[in-house]
Amino acid sequence: MDPMAEIRETFFQECEEQLGELETGLMRMESGQTDSETVNAVFRAVHSIKGGAGAFGLEDLVHFAHVFETVLDLIRAGRLEPSPEAMRVMLRASDALADLVRAARDGSTTDPVRIASIVSELRQLTGEPDAGDAEDDDFADIAFAAVPVTIETEAALPPGWIVRFKPLADLYAKANEAGLLLRELGRLGPMRVTVDAESLPDLAALDPEGAYLTWTIVLDADCTEDMIRAVFEFVEDDCEIQIERNLPADVAVAASSSAVAADAGQPSDDEILALLRNAAASVEAPAVIEPEIVVAPPPPPPAVSPPPEPEPASASAEAPAARNDAAQGVGATIRVDLDRVDRLIDLVGELVINEAMLSQRVFEAGLARASAVMTALDELEQLTREIQDSVMAIRAQPVRSVFQRMPRLVREVATMTGKQVRLLTDGETTEVDKTVIERIVDPLTHMIRNAIDHGLESTEARLAAGKPAEGLVKLTALHRSGRIVIEVEDDGAGINRERVRAKAVEKGLVSPDAPLTDEEIDNLIFMPGFSTASEISDISGRGVGMDVVRRSVQALGGRISIASRPGKGSTFTLSLPLTLAVLDGMVVSVDGHTLIVPLSAIVETLQPRSEQVHTLGVDVRVLAMRGGYIPLVDVGAALGYRAMPAEPEKSVALLVEGEGGVRAVLVVDGIQGQRQVVIKSLEANYRAVPGIAAATVMGDGRVALILDVDAIVSVTRSDNLRVDASRVEPILMSAS
Amino acid sequence: MNEVMTSGSGARELIAFRVGVQEFCVDIMAVREIRGWTAATVLPQSPGYICGVINLRGAVLPIVDFAVRLGLPRSEPTARHVIIVVQIDRQMVGLLVDAVSDILTMNDNAIQPTPDVASDVVKSFVRGLMPVDGRMISLISLDHVLPAVEREAA
Repeated sequence: MDPMAEIRETFFQECEEQLGELETGLMRMESGQTDSETVNAVFRAVHSIKGGAGAFGLEDLVHFAHVFETVLDLIRAGRLEPSPEAMRVMLRASDALADLVRAARDGSTTDPVRIASIVSELRQLTGEPDAGDAEDDDFADIAFAAVPVTIETEAALPPGWIVRFKPLADLYAKANEAGLLLRELGRLGPMRVTVDAESLPDLAALDPEGAYLTWTIVLDADCTEDMIRAVFEFVEDDCEIQIERNLPADVAVAASSSAVAADAGQPSDDEILALLRNAAASVEAPAVIEPEIVVAPPPPPPAVSPPPEPEPASASAEAPAARNDAAQGVGATIRVDLDRVDRLIDLVGELVINEAMLSQRVFEAGLARASAVMTALDELEQLTREIQDSVMAIRAQPVRSVFQRMPRLVREVATMTGKQVRLLTDGETTEVDKTVIERIVDPLTHMIRNAIDHGLESTEARLAAGKPAEGLVKLTALHRSGRIVIEVEDDGAGINRERVRAKAVEKGLVSPDAPLTDEEIDNLIFMPGFSTASEISDISGRGVGMDVVRRSVQALGGRISIASRPGKGSTFTLSLPLTLAVLDGMVVSVDGHTLIVPLSAIVETLQPRSEQVHTLGVDVRVLAMRGGYIPLVDVGAALGYRAMPAEPEKSVALLVEGEGGVRAVLVVDGIQGQRQVVIKSLEANYRAVPGIAAATVMGDGRVALILDVDAIVSVTRSDNLRVDASRVEPILMSAS
Repeated sequence: MNEVMTSGSGARELIAFRVGVQEFCVDIMAVREIRGWTAATVLPQSPGYICGVINLRGAVLPIVDFAVRLGLPRSEPTARHVIIVVQIDRQMVGLLVDAVSDILTMNDNAIQPTPDVASDVVKSFVRGLMPVDGRMISLISLDHVLPAVEREAA
C-alpha cells in the first residue's frame, strides 16, 4: 500500500476511536460528571482529530474542530458552564464532527448548511463570533508546505525575517509549546533565537500558569511571511506575534543577548529550565498538558501534532500518572490484519480436530487409561482447548463500539418523534466476536428506534400517567452461560395486547378465537408483515418490523424474546453466540448419517407417541401437541437419504423453530449428544447444498453436515427443499 | 479455460491416471496432492458423480467420482483407490480415480487434436490425445468437472 494512504487509514481509524472517546466523554459530562479529567478527555479527542486533519489538509474538518475545541477550552478553563443547553449543542457538534470525519474519509460531502448552523451555535457559546475564521481557510498550505532547503550562502542575499513571539498563558493551557513552534520555524531556514526573560517575576510572585517569556527569532530563510504565519497558525489567538523584514542592523541586536540553540526545541538555558521545573512542580495543571502531547496522532508533517518530548512538566509529581494512562492507551494494543487472526483461528481449529483424532487412535490402540501416553494426551487436550479459547479471544471485542453509536441514534429519533429520551448503557465492556458485533448493529438500531418510537409514550401521555416526562431506554450487555445477552428496555406503555391481537387477526396471522397467552400475544409482533404503528413512521420503517430483527438475529444463531408489563414498559432480550466460528449443536443420526442441528433452533426434544401422530392427506403428518398441530418433517426423507419416512414413534423428534417463528417437528433416528462444532463452509470448494447450512469436522476426522433448519422447516410449506435465497447461485448442469 | 490450452508450445509435465481401462492426464500444475481414499460424507441433493465431502486438513473437499463423471460405471471405492486433489480456479476438488500411472513430460506438438465425435462427455472433458508407448492418453480439461465451475467457464 502507498505509505501515505496507509497513514491516512491509520488516521481515520484513530479518528473513530477519538470520536468514540468524545461521545463517551460528552455523555458523561451531560450526566453531570464535569470533572477536569472528563473535560480534558473530550478536549483531547477533538484536538487530536484537528491535529491529524491538519496534517492531511482536511480544511473543513480542521475548521470545525477548531471552533469546537474553542468551546471545550472555555469549559475546561471554567469560563463556560456546561449547561444542558451547551451540552446539547456539543453533542450535535460531535455528530457533525463524526460526519465530517467520515465525509473526509469517503470523499463524500456533508450538508454545509447544517455544519454552518452548528458552527454558529458553537460560536454563540463562545461569545466570540467569527474569531480567527479567515485564517483557518488557507490552512492546507502549511500542511504540505514545501520545506525550503537551507540556504548556506547567508552572506549572499539575506532575505531574512525577524519574528517576535510572545506566548500568552492560553497558549500553554492549550498544550502548545513554544519550543516546538520554534523548532518548526527552524525548518524554514537557519535561525538564531534569543529569549527575553526580563518580565519573569521572582519565584514567589510567579504564576505557574502564566506566560513571561518572549522570543526573538532572526530567520535567514527565503520564505514568505505567510509561511511563517502558518507555523503559528494554531496559536495565533494565544500569542502576540510580530513579523518584520530583517535589516542588517537588527542582526547585531539579536545576537547580543543570550542565544539559544534553536533546533534543540528545548531551552538549554539552565536558569529558565530550573525556573520552569520549580513552577511545574507546584501546580497540577501541567499534568493536563502532558497526556495531550503523548496521545497526539503521529502524522508526518508535525505542523500541529508534536511528537512526545521531555517537557519540564514531566518532572512534576502528577505527570507520571497521566503518562501511564496515555501509555496504556497507546502501547497496550496492536493492530493486526484480520486475515492473520482468522488464519490462526483456522489452524487452531485444525489442531483441535487433530488432537481429537489422535486421542481416538490411541484409544483404539487399547492403551491403558493411566499410561504415560494417555496422561500426555490429556495434557495436550487441555492445552489445545486453552489455545483455542485464547485465539477466539483475539477476535473478541467489547460491544462498546456498537453502544457508542446509539446515543446519537437516540438523539435523532428523539428529535424526530418530539419525545424526551434518556439512554442508559451498561456492560459495554462485554466482549463478543467482531463479526457478531458488526452484525448486531442493524438489529439493535432497529430495536432502539422501535423502543423510542413505539415503546415510549408521548411526553403528554407520560405526564398524564404520572411518569417523568423523560422516557428511559436502557441498553445492557452481559455474558450468560456462554452467550452474550443484550437487553433493550424501555419504560413506556408496554405492549398493547388488545391492539396487537386485533391487528394480528386483521392481518390474518391468527384466528380470532385462538387461545393465546399474554406471552404468545407479545410474540406476535415478531410475525412477518406485522407492524404495530397505526401510521407508518419514517423512523421505524415501512412494515419491516420486528420480524426482520428476529430474522437477522436468528441468522446469527441467536434468539430474541420480549417481556412486557402493561404501563411499565417492555424488555427485548437478544441472546447471541459469542462467536460465529463455532456453533452449539445437537449431534443426531439419520439413516446412518451424522448431522448437526443448531441448538439455537431447537425448542425441545420429545418422543412422539403413536396417538399423537396424525396423517393429513396422502403424506402429510402432523403431531398433536398442547392443543395444536405441528407438521412433522422426516429429515432423512427431506434430504433424500431414504425414500420412506421413518415411523415417528420409533424415532426421536425435535421441536424446532425456523425463521418467522414457524415451528415444525423434525424426525431423526437418534440423538448422539451435544457439542460445539467449528463451522466450515461448503461453498468454499463446492456450492450451497439445499437443506444444509454448512459442514464441520468431527473428532474422528470425518465431515458432518449442519442442518439448515429454516430450509427443512419450509419443506412443510412448499414441497421442494430450497437453498437460502442469499446463497443461491445459478447452477448449469453439466454435459453428462 | 485451463492453462493447459492457453500456454504456448514447450515441454510440460502431466500426471497420468487410470479409470477402468482408460488413461487420462492432467497438467501437474493443477495437482495439489495425491492421497488415499477415505470415506466421504454423502451430500444430499447432489449429482451422482459427487461421492460426498471429506476433510482435507480442515477444508471441506468435494470428491468427484471421475468414472461416473465420464459416464462410466461407478467404482466401489477401496483403499487402493486414489484421490487426486486438483485446483480449479479458487476451488479445490478431489478426483476419485483407480490409480496414478505415470508422470509424463510432453511437448505441446505431441498432443493430437480430439477427433470430432458425437459424445458430449468427450467434447466437455477431452482436450487432446497423446500416444505414449502404444497407449492412448486423453488430456483432461478440469473446467467442467464441477457444475459450479462450469458456470464460471461458460
